[in-house]
Amino acid sequence: MSFITYLIKGISLGSVYSIIALGYTMVYGIAKMLNFAHGDVIMIGGYIIFITMSSMGMNPAVAVLASIVCCAALGVTIEKIAYKPLRKASSLAVLITAIGVSYLLQNVALLIFGADSKSFTSVISIPALKLAGDKLTISGETLITIPACIIIMVSLSIFIKKSRTGRAMLAVSEDKDAAVLMGVNVSKTIAITFAIGSSLAAVASALMFSAYPSLSSTSGSMPGIKAFVAAVFGGIGSIPGAMLGGILLGVIEILSRAYISSQLADAIVFVILIIVLLVKPTGILGKKMHEKV
Amino acid sequence: MNNRGNIFERINKNTRTNLITIGIIILAYMVFQIMIVTGNLTNLMQGLLVPLCYYSILAISLNLTVGILGELSLGHAGFMCVGAFTGAFFSNSMVDIIHNTFLRFSLAIITGAIFAALFGTLIGVVVLRLRGDYLAIVTLAFGEIIKNVINVLYIGFDSRGFHISMKDSVSLNLLGDGKVILNGAKGITGTPNDTTFTVSVILLIAIYLIITNLIHSRSGRAIMAIRDNRIAAESVGIDITKFKLLAFTLSASMAGIAGVLYSHNISSLMATPKNFGYNMSIMILVFVVLGGIGNIRGSIIAAVLLTLLPEYLRFMNDYRMLIYAIVLIIMMIFNWNPACIAWRKSHPIQRLLRTKIKKEA
Repeated sequence: MSFITYLIKGISLGSVYSIIALGYTMVYGIAKMLNFAHGDVIMIGGYIIFITMSSMGMNPAVAVLASIVCCAALGVTIEKIAYKPLRKASSLAVLITAIGVSYLLQNVALLIFGADSKSFTSVISIPALKLAGDKLTISGETLITIPACIIIMVSLSIFIKKSRTGRAMLAVSEDKDAAVLMGVNVSKTIAITFAIGSSLAAVASALMFSAYPSLSSTSGSMPGIKAFVAAVFGGIGSIPGAMLGGILLGVIEILSRAYISSQLADAIVFVILIIVLLVKPTGILGKKMHEKV
Repeated sequence: MNNRGNIFERINKNTRTNLITIGIIILAYMVFQIMIVTGNLTNLMQGLLVPLCYYSILAISLNLTVGILGELSLGHAGFMCVGAFTGAFFSNSMVDIIHNTFLRFSLAIITGAIFAALFGTLIGVVVLRLRGDYLAIVTLAFGEIIKNVINVLYIGFDSRGFHISMKDSVSLNLLGDGKVILNGAKGITGTPNDTTFTVSVILLIAIYLIITNLIHSRSGRAIMAIRDNRIAAESVGIDITKFKLLAFTLSASMAGIAGVLYSHNISSLMATPKNFGYNMSIMILVFVVLGGIGNIRGSIIAAVLLTLLPEYLRFMNDYRMLIYAIVLIIMMIFNWNPACIAWRKSHPIQRLLRTKIKKEA
């Protein structure tokens, strides 16, 4: 039974990774940049929920909504101030800027909220489900996280395939210059992508900190990096890939934490990244891209 | 004739730049030594002398990867960590066998450099064939892996030889005469403090010379050609993987040397997020960016300034990291944004500065 418990826990954690990985994969696909600050947007989202719930005593649903709105605004602002001026610059410059933004968010949070980690109150108040004569317990967080992940994934896929904005995103990711010629507003499309990615980060923060309630200024960076690993694992730029990669990574992490060593679990996750890059650099569901001269 | 004159002028200029830089380093060294002898140097400053050197080494070696090779490495602290632990491990196990400090420390430095280079090659082979962003994330991952693995690794040594365990120091099953060298998260304690300011300065100068010579050599030009246009470089027959690997491995081994200096300067060596974590890698990156990407002398100046300033601006300590972050963003936008580039072109003083930098490069 314990194996199944771990497996469910892994899928639940993996679902959170999937939602974060979506933000990475969309931004990477459309703006062609690795948004290092994505993990720190999760942390900011966590703090916003924490403040609105604990200090202002609001309803969890309102808190999550506030966090989604604030994170979307934050994502768009970051894009506008830091990334937009560098759209034509080398990828090295953009990457260093993204690291700067990530570092900035962490240190602003550190100055405002202090170094000691806060204990997050769960936004989910569903009782745990007990199965098989109380041998198998599934927490309320898990019961919400997994369906939430599936709903997000399906609605995002439909949005991108069917809506005008979604198709504009596809066009920009395919060929920015051609998209401009077809009348697509590239700046607006990239801004919308950042808004969606960051609001997904807010959702992920609500789910993640409910299950793992320790909140500090650096608690977003590790999940952020792991979610990026998940995005690479599944094939960067691919939405089903992000989901598959996220869930696989979550399961691998929880199982190695349980059966191998809790201290080495992170190392194992990163070794997987290196192996994937070595064997199939495009990821499980990624397409091979040919470089044009 | 005219052409030839230009070449001579250029060679002389490189040599001149090198001589000026080394002259400044030696002058600073002598000033500090005189101040130590006459007792004018505070304890705080004396404690900072060796860190100044290893931070400078870290900065110029990272500049080789970022500025010359054009790839972003976020695991520089990881290579430093490898060098620190292998060097300290060597010194600790040889402390009863090799009594000559100079010989033991030289061998420790070589050990640290070799192991860091080994890991550099390992990582490089995996990632350097891929596009840039992956290298950043894999080097970051590598730094974390190294830190995690060292924290669960126990290595001891007795008359039967070495024992390795990943559980705890008891399961090493050491005999009575054995000693635990690497004690998991407690790290390595009792490393002989062999690092001196003199040795550090000599190493700094040597590494500076190696890097500047590499840049102006055939290999260096090949590496920069890859940075500027990979496809064009490949089409003129440059072996991309080989030269990338060369630069990356060299950079890693130099970080390893800095690590050995670090580990032989402190009494107990532990792998914590503070000394070998992501933040450390970022700090070295800030040195490189502030000093000018690709500018080796600039890296040294930035490393020295940014190590000294916080000590004198203690009241700003809380805001230090925040300022670093803002500096990174502003420097990048100022250097790369088309509008900023146009503004600099339209302002004569800026133009003067720019041509000067261009000539130096």
